[in-house]
Amino acid sequence: MISYTLNVDSITKTFGRRLIFKNVSLNCEQPGIWGIAGPNGSGKSTFVKCLCGIISPSSGKITHTLNGREIESEELHNHIGFVSPYLVLYDEFTAEENLKFFAEIRGVKYNQAKIDYLLNEFLLFDRKKDFVKAYSSGMKQRLKFLFALMHSPALVILDEPISNLDNSGKEKVYKIIGEEAKKSIIIIASNDDSDLALCSSVLELTNYKSEQF
Amino acid sequence: MIWKILLFLIIAFVSVAGIAFPIVEKPEFWYQFPLIPGLEENAKIIFFHVPTSWLTVIAFLMSTIYSIKYLRRKDLIDDAKAHTAAQLGMIFCILATVTGAVWAKFAWGSFWSWDPRQTSIFALLLIYGALFALRSAVEQEEKRATLASVYSIIAFVTVPFFIFIMPRIMKGLHPGSADDTHSGPVVDFKMNSNMLLIFYLSLIGFTILYYWMWQVGYKSMIYKDKLNKQF
Amino acid sequence: MTSIALFRKDLASELRTRYAINSLLMFIIVTISVILFSIGNEKISDYLSGGLFWVVVFFTAMSGLARAFVSEEERGTSLLLQLIASPATVFSGKLIFNLVLVFSMNVVIANLYTALFDAFVIKNLLLFSTAFLFGSIGIAISSTVIAAIIAKAGSKGTLYPVLSFPILLPLILILIELTKMSMDGTAFEEGYIEVAVLICYDVIMISASYLLFDFIWKD
Repeated sequence: MISYTLNVDSITKTFGRRLIFKNVSLNCEQPGIWGIAGPNGSGKSTFVKCLCGIISPSSGKITHTLNGREIESEELHNHIGFVSPYLVLYDEFTAEENLKFFAEIRGVKYNQAKIDYLLNEFLLFDRKKDFVKAYSSGMKQRLKFLFALMHSPALVILDEPISNLDNSGKEKVYKIIGEEAKKSIIIIASNDDSDLALCSSVLELTNYKSEQF
Repeated sequence: MIWKILLFLIIAFVSVAGIAFPIVEKPEFWYQFPLIPGLEENAKIIFFHVPTSWLTVIAFLMSTIYSIKYLRRKDLIDDAKAHTAAQLGMIFCILATVTGAVWAKFAWGSFWSWDPRQTSIFALLLIYGALFALRSAVEQEEKRATLASVYSIIAFVTVPFFIFIMPRIMKGLHPGSADDTHSGPVVDFKMNSNMLLIFYLSLIGFTILYYWMWQVGYKSMIYKDKLNKQF
Repeated sequence: MTSIALFRKDLASELRTRYAINSLLMFIIVTISVILFSIGNEKISDYLSGGLFWVVVFFTAMSGLARAFVSEEERGTSLLLQLIASPATVFSGKLIFNLVLVFSMNVVIANLYTALFDAFVIKNLLLFSTAFLFGSIGIAISSTVIAAIIAKAGSKGTLYPVLSFPILLPLILILIELTKMSMDGTAFEEGYIEVAVLICYDVIMISASYLLFDFIWKD
């Protein structure tokens, strides 16, 4: 049994002298769904990027542990799945080529069974040999879920997971999130009430736009 | 305040002495400079040209040190210090290049002849120029500071190659070069004591001037930044 | 291994889009023909043709090597790359890609150049090949790290040669000197120090870029 914990200890992020968020803490110790809510500009996206290690916080500490051992920042990326509207996939490749390259660059095994299952669930199986540039934005969004889940990460971070999706797409996403939540930590950053309804606890970020310090 | 008065006195004395003191074959009085074969009257440039090129190098070194500091601590004040050092370095670099070229016109017959030192200072000029081009291309403060710091460190590690490879490729004309036969290392033995005194006074004076300018520069940069953020 | 995978991805992408290859090839042809036109029927000296060789190499490198990072940044795929690979992997993957690109480009230039310029005669082939090998590596390293910097900066095209030239200048000076030597037929032993400096440049630049790449790559 894998035990993964994420511990965010009062992190603060500033860009120049603009404060994005201040003293935010979050503690995820067992599988489940956490939500991050807040108005536009409250730093939800910045916060989840900090969790992935793409942006380093100005102060405070984020620790990821796997089976009691802290994960090095060099290998953190292989334990995280990430979906976000500003994520762009390589559109000169087909969906399948994209996924194969991701597995190779990550240095993990290409899990055919899991990917076929996910392709079927997200209704992309017949289109897997099509170039991504021919995809609609909803299909791209569904492909991003494949990107996030293909390597069975222990921490899945979803930034506005249902943007660009139709109703059946949303239902699929919720179903998969429910399945994944049994074994991994899921963090959803969103303003949508139906997203936040899935979460067992929600962290509210406040807007510091006019704040000076 | 004491420092500023002292600085004024030093610079004033150096300017007057450096320009007005006569050069004679056999110096008898304290205010007379000895004749250096191959340099003659042109030797007086040493009081102004050498300090500027020295400060060009010092400013570059300081800019690199504060760049490393910035990357370690991510404190924008370090970036302001590095940037101010680079700005002053650019000014002194231009001064050194121009004074050097004017001197070269009279000593070597042409403004520019790709002597190793000329090439090196030209490379420094290019590095400073590239650094400012990079800075003006980036909007966001932190990104600008990080990229400029990285670039100045990378540029700094290439400098030893200039020092090492240049004399092998080009013949040195500059006084003090290894294969310079007619005027030799000027600083070592051809200058008499009063010339050395003024030379070192000038070096000290210019260094204090630089330090003062640097402090004023980075402080004003920090204040300007704070004022901009107030609204 | 992960960096090889990244290289393969870049190669596949390049073969499909042909963005860098086409512009590099056209640039080689354009620069060489500009030199040929400006020479006309004049006889140019050997040394000059040796120097011009590296001028062609420099400007060709400037036209295509930024692609490695700029294309990721322009299409917005650098976030994706940050999510699937460590900075070390990204840097070495892109470096391998640029190495291959620089090598094939330089081989093409060298062949075209030898065919078109009568004055370009290399007497000591061993010395020239050594200079060529380590020179290409040095150009690839420096241009990769500068490409990473300008990809994160705003104005991309114009800034690249401006930033690269001071960094590549010592390298180019050594290369021109070594080319002169190999044209004179100098023994390898006599060019030993220059070759050593050349290797030093490569080693120092790769260590510095590797250490500093984290700062460039992470936002």
